[in-house]
Amino acid sequence: MSEEKTGLKGATILLNALQQEGVDVIFGYPGGVLLPLYDALLDSPIRHVLGRHEQGVVFAADGYSRVTGKVGVCLGTSGPGATNLVTGIANAFLDSIPLVVLTGQVPTSSIGSDSFQEVDIIGITMPITKHSYLVKDPRDLPRIIKEAFYIARTGRPGPVLIDLPKDVLAEENVVPFSNEMKLKGYKIFGRDNNGKIEEVARALSEAHRPVLYAGGGVVTAGAESVLKQFAEKTGAPVVTTLMGIGSLPLGHPNLLGMVGLHGTVTANYAVNDCDLLIAVGVRFDDRVTNGPGDRFATNAKVIHIDIDPVEISKVVRTDIQIVGDARQVLEEILEALPGFVLPDVADWWDQLREWKENHTLNYDKDRLNPQMVMECLGEIAGGETIITTDVGQHQMWVAQHYPTVNPRNYASSCGLGAMGYGLPAAIGAQIARPEDRVVLVTGDGSFQMSIQELGTIAQNNLPIKIVLLNNGVLGMVRQMQKLFYGERYSQIQLQGNPDFVKVAEAYGIRGIHVNSLENVRSAFEEAFKHPGAVLVDIKISEHENVLPMVSPGKVITEMIVR
Amino acid sequence: MLHTLAVLVENNPGVLIRVAGLFTRRGYNIDSLTVCQTEDPELSRMTIVVNGDDQIIQQVRNQLSKLVVVHSVSDLTGESVVDRELALIRVQVSTETRSAVLQTVDIFRGRVVDMGRTNITVELTGDIPKIDAFVRAIRPYGLLELVRTGKVAILRSET
Ligand SMILES: Cc1ncc(C[n+]2csc(CCOP(=O)(O)OP(=O)(O)O)c2C)c(N)n1
Ligand SMILES: [Mg+2]
Repeated sequence: MSEEKTGLKGATILLNALQQEGVDVIFGYPGGVLLPLYDALLDSPIRHVLGRHEQGVVFAADGYSRVTGKVGVCLGTSGPGATNLVTGIANAFLDSIPLVVLTGQVPTSSIGSDSFQEVDIIGITMPITKHSYLVKDPRDLPRIIKEAFYIARTGRPGPVLIDLPKDVLAEENVVPFSNEMKLKGYKIFGRDNNGKIEEVARALSEAHRPVLYAGGGVVTAGAESVLKQFAEKTGAPVVTTLMGIGSLPLGHPNLLGMVGLHGTVTANYAVNDCDLLIAVGVRFDDRVTNGPGDRFATNAKVIHIDIDPVEISKVVRTDIQIVGDARQVLEEILEALPGFVLPDVADWWDQLREWKENHTLNYDKDRLNPQMVMECLGEIAGGETIITTDVGQHQMWVAQHYPTVNPRNYASSCGLGAMGYGLPAAIGAQIARPEDRVVLVTGDGSFQMSIQELGTIAQNNLPIKIVLLNNGVLGMVRQMQKLFYGERYSQIQLQGNPDFVKVAEAYGIRGIHVNSLENVRSAFEEAFKHPGAVLVDIKISEHENVLPMVSPGKVITEMIVR
Repeated sequence: MLHTLAVLVENNPGVLIRVAGLFTRRGYNIDSLTVCQTEDPELSRMTIVVNGDDQIIQQVRNQLSKLVVVHSVSDLTGESVVDRELALIRVQVSTETRSAVLQTVDIFRGRVVDMGRTNITVELTGDIPKIDAFVRAIRPYGLLELVRTGKVAILRSET
C-alpha cells in the first residue's frame, strides 16, 4: 500500500497562513536555515523584498506598518540575521508598531548546543517584544501565525517574534492542526468606563484653559478626525508629541505644535498654564515632561486616556483615568457633551494668541538654512506626501517646520531614536503605497547607517526622494556639546563623508547638489518631476541649532529660544 | 509593604523567565516566589511576595496582566487567606545544647528529620512570622543552614 501524500511542507503552511492574514509583502534576507522557506516562497504569491541588511528589513516593515496601519512582516535568518533585527524590534516596541518578526532557527535537535549560527533570539528579545513563539511542531503554524497577528495589532500594538527551526520549515507532508486561537491569557483592556465619560465632560465644562495633548495612540486608533471634531467643538487647543504628528494637520487653527524638549514655546506654555489637560494616547515620555513628571502641568486637572493600563499613573499623577481605545473614548465624550455647558475659552485663546505672536519659530530667512528648506519642501510636497525621517537635528526640523502632514503620512523613530531608520522606512512606505510620493529627510550621519539600502531602492525602482541635510557633523550631538559642554566638541566631525551625489549615481539614482538658497526650490521641483529616485544633497552650516529647547532638568517653560 | 500575589500562568517552558525578567527589568523587588502546577495541568500557580507601595503594586499587577502567558493576577494581601511556608533548618548541637534545641523545636512544633553527630535538621511549617521566630530562637545555638520554600497562599473558603 503506497502512502498517500496529503500534507504540505512546513514552509508552505507558514506562507499560506501569512496569506490568510492578508500579508502581501515580506521584507527579508535569506540564510542557511531559511532555505526551505525561500524555496517555498518561489511558489507563493507573497512578494518578498530583499533588503541589504536585516536592520533595513525590519525598519522597512515598520515603515510599511506606519503608513498603512497594517501589520508589517520581516524575516531574517538564525544567528547574525536575528541579532541584526534587534534594533528594529526595539524600535517597534517603543513606538507600539505592529510587526510580525520571523526568524530562522537551527533545527530543534540542535537547539541548546551552541551550533553554527545559533542564538537564543527569544531570550534576547523578550524585553522588547509583546510576545514570542518558538515553533516546535509545524502543525502548530496556522494557529501561531493567527495568534501572532492578532496579538501584534490589537490592544496596544507591538512586535511579535516567531522563531522557526529549520526542520519545522522543512518537514514534508504535514497535516496542520486547526488555526483556532488559544489565547486565554491575552487581555485587551478597556470598555468599562462607568461614569467616567460624564466626569470628563463635566471637567471640560468647568475648565477655563483646557489643552488636548495627543500622541501616537491617536494615530493607532485612527482617531484623527474625532480629535479634530473634539478640538473644534470644545475650542481646546491641541499639542502633540513626536508620535502624534499627523493627528491634527499642521496649520489647523487649534494646533499649537509639538510639546516638550523641542516643542513650540506656545505649546509648552499652554501645558504649563492649563487648568485641564486631556492626554490622549500618550505616555508622558521624558522628552515631553523633561524629567520626572512631578513638575509637568502642575496647574491642571489631568485626564489620561490610553489603551494600556500600565501607562496610567506610571509617570504623572492623573485625576481621571480612562482605559480604552482613543477613538471610541473621544467619540463617547463628544456624545456626552451636549448635556454640559461648553467651556468659555475666549480669554484662553487671547493668551495663546499673544504667546504665538511673541514667540514664532524665527530664523534668518535670507540664507540657506534647514528651517527654510523644510518650509520650502512642505510647500512643494503638500500634505499628500509621506515623510520619513532619520534621527538628529533634521528630525526636529521636520517636526517643527514641515508644514503639513496628513494622518498616516509620517514615519520616524521616536521612542528609540534610532539613526538609520529613515531610508529603510521610506522603502517600506513606498512599497506599501506605490502611488504616493515618499520623501525621506535624513542627516549625513544617519544616512550612512543605512546607506546600503540604496541598493534596495535601485533593485525595486522605488521613486523615493531623499533630502539630505548635510552639515558634515553629528549635528544633534554637536548642539549638546555646544550648549551644555562649553563647546568642547568631541567626535562629531564626519570628515570622511563621501560625495553623496556620486554615491547615489553609483546606484543609478539621480543626485542633485544644493549649495545656495536659490537652488533649493528648483532642486525639489526637479526631484519631484523625475520619475525615479533622487537624492538632494543640501549643504547646510554645522552651526545651526534646533531651537527652542528646554534646558536639562528644567520645567518645560524654561526654554532656550535664541 | 509586602504583598502576596497569586498569579495563574500557562504551564510552559519560558513562562518563569518572562515573569522573572519583568521584575528585574522594571526594578521591582521579589521577596519570594514559588511556582507549581495546579489542579489543571495546563496551568501553574505562582505565589509572588513583592515589596512596594500601592502604586508600585498596581504597576506590578498591570505589567503581569499584560503578559500573554499570565491568565490572572490577584492580590491576596488583606484578604482572608491561609498562608504557609516550609523551612528546613540545620542546627549545631553538642551534648550541652542538644536538649535545649530539641525543646525549642518542640515548642514550635517542628520535626527532626535528620540527625548527625554534631547537628540536627529540623522541618518546620508555618506562617512567616512563626518561622522567623524559630530562626531567631535557634540562632544562638549555631544556625548552619537554612532553606525556605517561600510563601504559598490560598483564599479561605467562604463559610
Ligand atoms: C544608532 C544611534 N547611534 C547614536 C545615536 C545618538 N545620536 C543622536 S542624534 C546623532 C547625530 C545624528 O547626526 P546626523 O544624522 O548627521 O543628523 P544631524 O543631527 O546632523 O541633523 C547621534 C549620534 C542615535 N540616536 N542612534
Ligand atoms: Mg549631520
